Amino acid sequence: MIELIDVSYDVTEDNSDISILRDINIKIDERFVAITGPNGGGKSTLARLIAGIIKPTKGKILLDGKDITDMSITDRAKLGITYAFQQPVRFKGITVSDLIRLASGKDISVSDACVYLSEVGLCARDYINREVNASLSGGELKRIEIAMALARSTKLTVFDEPEAGIDLWSFQNLIQVFEKMHEKIQGSIIIISHQERILDIADRIIVIADGKVTAEGDKDSILPEMLNATGDCRFIRDPECARV
Amino acid sequence: MDSIQKNLLEAVAGFHEIPAGAYNIRANGKTDSRNTTATIDIVSKKDKQGIDIIIKPGTKNESVHIPVLLSESGLEEMVYNDFHIGDDCDVTIIAGCGIHNGGDKASRHDGIHSFFVGRNSHVRYIEKHYGQGDGMGEKIMNPTTVVELQSGSFMEMDTVQIKGVDSTERVTRAKLGDDAKLVIKEKIMTHGKQTAKTSFTVDMDGEGSSTDVVSRSVAKDDSHQIFYSQINGNNKCSGHTECDAIIIDNASVSAIPEITANHIDASLIHEAAIGKIAGEQLIKLMTLGLTEKEAEEQIISGFLK
Repeated sequence: MIELIDVSYDVTEDNSDISILRDINIKIDERFVAITGPNGGGKSTLARLIAGIIKPTKGKILLDGKDITDMSITDRAKLGITYAFQQPVRFKGITVSDLIRLASGKDISVSDACVYLSEVGLCARDYINREVNASLSGGELKRIEIAMALARSTKLTVFDEPEAGIDLWSFQNLIQVFEKMHEKIQGSIIIISHQERILDIADRIIVIADGKVTAEGDKDSILPEMLNATGDCRFIRDPECARV
Repeated sequence: MDSIQKNLLEAVAGFHEIPAGAYNIRANGKTDSRNTTATIDIVSKKDKQGIDIIIKPGTKNESVHIPVLLSESGLEEMVYNDFHIGDDCDVTIIAGCGIHNGGDKASRHDGIHSFFVGRNSHVRYIEKHYGQGDGMGEKIMNPTTVVELQSGSFMEMDTVQIKGVDSTERVTRAKLGDDAKLVIKEKIMTHGKQTAKTSFTVDMDGEGSSTDVVSRSVAKDDSHQIFYSQINGNNKCSGHTECDAIIIDNASVSAIPEITANHIDASLIHEAAIGKIAGEQLIKLMTLGLTEKEAEEQIISGFLK
């Protein structure tokens, strides 16, 4: 169970403080929770706070009741937090099989590593010895990123927009990966997503907008609200503006 | 051969004992052992230190090992090895130099390897350099490689210097005939106060010739590296040179690529990139449970793989 208590995150730019997240209070112990909301609302910042890449300006983060607020990225990973990046990292010389092996934390065989690749729809034979470099497309990197999360299989996994960079047709297949994880998972999965099909399978949806939790609940209560919301932009609402 | 020499042999040639095929093991300035085959002859030079390796035309799938071991502190030598490779061959040549310096005097091996590669032959040349020993004496290696590729021949050169060499100046010069191809992959890691200077000159004289010169290097601590590469396109040809370096601590690296097209159909590219390890690479590996140091090691070993 991950718990954020009064968590805020500010950054300083041009000598003024900008608030990215304000007084976030979230407790997650369900198997599958989706976080959604407009771009720039602070969702990825929340994921980075959980993984320990950034530290909150204020507040506490607890994992199974243990205060991890000041813990390093490495120690949090060892405790069982996995973070699948929105924009996967490229390396030079490090292969897909190296990353899967490092993710699993043990000296797994090539055939074991291949199982994870197959699960995310990659032909293992074609990819296992490929370098994780610029020769891989964005969509291929995202799948490898998800395969690494599967290989880690920790008690908390945070996926930051797994659909981003994956074409619509491939995403149809990928959704099955998450459906399967939903069935099998022992711990919790948090998915930051805009995809209705991901939100559909979530036990709970949390909406983050403008640095705050603006709504949370099951999909029946959240989705209609999301679909109606157009925000405060008068250019969308005002028919006069829309004609300009 | 004593145990120190055996360890050096393992580090540079990957074996403890006698290899298969032709070989010439040189230890502390003298020939330790030698084997020739029906198609590969090895002859000591009469006028200077070194050997001639003569590979008969049509020799296929054979290898030659010519490791050099120095375990005597203060030994300095200059060795000339000439490789005469006939037409239509396909051979692998494994050279390497290991220095163990437990004393206070500098140990130095300067080697000049000249390759005369016949028509339509394929040569794979692997060279590993390695230094060890706790003495204050420097371990110095200055290899020069001269390559002449006749028409249709192809040479791949993999050179590695990962550890323990205090000072090195590596010079490679090549001339390519029609449709000849030269691919060079160099890997260097320096640490402490080591220096490494490497320079490549490739003259693509033949029509349809091509070259790819790629250097990957890691400079740590206070070490310094300089990479020069000069590719001259003197005919219809294609050339690519790339230097990719990671710097850590107070190390410094200079990359000086130079490409010259002397022919309208010469197509040449150079790339050079130097920088520290990308922060996001470290973070990614740390989210897999590695410490920052372990992550750095993984990134470097992948980079130099």
